[in-house]
Amino acid sequence: MSLADAERNAHMTDASEHLYAAAPKIYPQSVHGTFRRIKWALLIVTLGIYYFLPFLRFDRGPNEPNQAVLVDLAHHRFYFFFIEIWPQEVYYFTGLLIIAALALFLMNALAGRVWCGYLCPQTVWTDLFFTVERVVEGDRRERMERDAGPWTANRIARKSVKHLIWVVIAWWTGGAWVLYFADAPTLVHQLATFQAPAVAYISIGILTFTTYTLAGHMREQVCTYMCPWPRIQAALTDDNALNVTYRYDRGEPRISLKKAVVLRTAGGTAGDCVDCGQCVAVCPTGVDIRGGPNLGCIQCGLCIDACDTVMKRIGRPPRLIAYDTDVNIKRRLSGLPNVFRPIRVRTVLYMLFIAVVGGIMLATLSTRSDLGVAVLHDRNPLYLQLADGSIRNAYTVRILNHTAATNSYVLKVVPFSTAQVTAIGTPKDAEGWPKVEVGPDQTYELRVLVTLPASAADQPSRDITFQAIDQTTGHIATTSDHFLTQ
Amino acid sequence: MSPAHDKPIDAATGTETTGHEWDGIKELNTPLPRWWLWTFYACIAFALLYWIAYPAWPGINGYTHGLLGWQSRAAVVTDVKDLQALRAPMNDKIATAALKDIENTPDLLSFARAEGGAAFAQNCAPCHGAGAQGSYGYPNLNANRWIWGGTLDQIYTTIEHGARWTADAQTHMMMMPSFGRDGILKPDQISQVADYVRTLSGNKPEVADNVALGAKIFADNCVMCHGKDGKGNIEIGAPNLTTKIWLYGPAKADIEHRVEVGGGNVMPAWHGRLDEDTIKALAVYVHSLGGGL
Repeated sequence: MSLADAERNAHMTDASEHLYAAAPKIYPQSVHGTFRRIKWALLIVTLGIYYFLPFLRFDRGPNEPNQAVLVDLAHHRFYFFFIEIWPQEVYYFTGLLIIAALALFLMNALAGRVWCGYLCPQTVWTDLFFTVERVVEGDRRERMERDAGPWTANRIARKSVKHLIWVVIAWWTGGAWVLYFADAPTLVHQLATFQAPAVAYISIGILTFTTYTLAGHMREQVCTYMCPWPRIQAALTDDNALNVTYRYDRGEPRISLKKAVVLRTAGGTAGDCVDCGQCVAVCPTGVDIRGGPNLGCIQCGLCIDACDTVMKRIGRPPRLIAYDTDVNIKRRLSGLPNVFRPIRVRTVLYMLFIAVVGGIMLATLSTRSDLGVAVLHDRNPLYLQLADGSIRNAYTVRILNHTAATNSYVLKVVPFSTAQVTAIGTPKDAEGWPKVEVGPDQTYELRVLVTLPASAADQPSRDITFQAIDQTTGHIATTSDHFLTQ
Repeated sequence: MSPAHDKPIDAATGTETTGHEWDGIKELNTPLPRWWLWTFYACIAFALLYWIAYPAWPGINGYTHGLLGWQSRAAVVTDVKDLQALRAPMNDKIATAALKDIENTPDLLSFARAEGGAAFAQNCAPCHGAGAQGSYGYPNLNANRWIWGGTLDQIYTTIEHGARWTADAQTHMMMMPSFGRDGILKPDQISQVADYVRTLSGNKPEVADNVALGAKIFADNCVMCHGKDGKGNIEIGAPNLTTKIWLYGPAKADIEHRVEVGGGNVMPAWHGRLDEDTIKALAVYVHSLGGGL
């Protein structure tokens, strides 16, 4: 091999190494402080809700499930305490999604990535997995040392225990997920006795895998590579939004503690940052917050706690890293006092939109009827000439009973007479209108034929109204369509 | 590929750049995370395993069957069996109930209409149309004039044995003679009888003088099947000529052509192709379209 070849080979190896790079492993250090306590509280609350909510009971009376939150896919119903949603009311979810997006924007305009730092499932589960790792393998330094060393029996044992606990948590996470889709106590019993439907086991398997992978192995990679929100967030933030910020106006120039003391006694100015690196050591995404706003920063506030601990120890005021705004840093540099303006055009607009969408949802939810009727005109044929020349239109009518009891309903067709209206296979009331019994929380479909004499052809189209009348309460639901003659 | 150490390093990030520059903007050469590469390899590994496990590669005389022996056809058979098991409780009721009772029992009617509707879309719609609206030569099943009868039992029999379907011994066999082609009637006679037939349903004849002559021809040739007053006979599938509903249209030319060539349309016998429950459900569905008698 010539020298030139060797050099080329070396370059090619070099180049291929640069196409891909192993993500540097992050060893977050344990930390104590205000934000850590907030995170613990939210972790317990959110995971508590997730794992135990399916077991909460809510009495809806007979014929209805008594699980407070239930997605009943088999019967196409969604239950949330006293609210029951049918598939055709899916717009409530649209509303919820709009509110969720706007709430995310609002949080961002007020205090940055609150969602990312405290509430996002990826953050919460990763935090839980970090805790397990810390308990089993020790804190940052111990983990780094052991990982750099040889594969001893101790290391293998600790790693095995950690992964085992991770898999158990992941499995429990998947297990809790499926409980939202069936009666939880029954399903738990079925799962334990291996009688649950295959789809339950498959779902648990998939969620066990994703939880174990995403929270145990992917961690911050999910936030930096998979999640679109950091990109959107960066475009939505502004100078007045609180963000986890390194106050460089106070911290720079970085200087060692001893030199700073000397400098200050001499009447000079020294930055408060002693470059101890604690903010980076505790960061779950491996970010150096002192570099400024960062796509990788989930703004969990743990660096604030770490820095405060150090500041306390060296006798300097806390919150060198703090929730602060770009505006205030610039103002302090110009000798102006801090301002905080949570009421801005965008925050007001976000709140207004949330109120409007929420108000519409609330209004429709509280005024919706327990009875519904829908009609579908036959598409083909649109109208029909019978043997004697009379004209017939056919409709598929569906009566919706939202109540928890079997009710009987009469279907009136306005402005036509009973002689002109036939409902296939349906009994009639005393006046001759079709009368049907509809089971609790069910619908009933009727095929309704309306026949007019040949003389009706003088008008190409007539209005027709279908009225479903509840025989017990007298509630009426109506819907309109057309009677076509040509 | 230029040597890596030739590439400039971006001062702000410490990352090397690709060396390309556009209006002063340089592109950082940030390497992809390695797990990305492993995900790609995992996909390739999955594809390889899939080729081994499942039918994959086409060959000249067939294809690789895969170790699992999975077949889409066999999967469909299993699915159909599962579906039949799911429907069995209702199908058993359909099987034992009389057609009239099915139509008058709400849950049986809903089930029969759903099952019959699906069977109709798959088997009947190609000729009768998606809404059973028919077309030229294919009866509209919503209408209330029936060639072979519109009661539940008559509809059931027609579906079961078809019309002029020679493979079925019980099929409706009768058909109209070819009066013109076989020389039974002369062209001017056909014109006369066609004008007369139009008057039966209240349509105007094209040549008024033809009506009396046509009536005589009708009495001599047509009444055996279509009846003295032209009201037809469902026993032999002779259409009622006095209504507003026409299989081939009420225009004089249409009627003349039908008298000329005679015959009748063919409908397959569905007995043996569809199971008995499905045929019963179909009969109820067709009857419930509204034209049933």
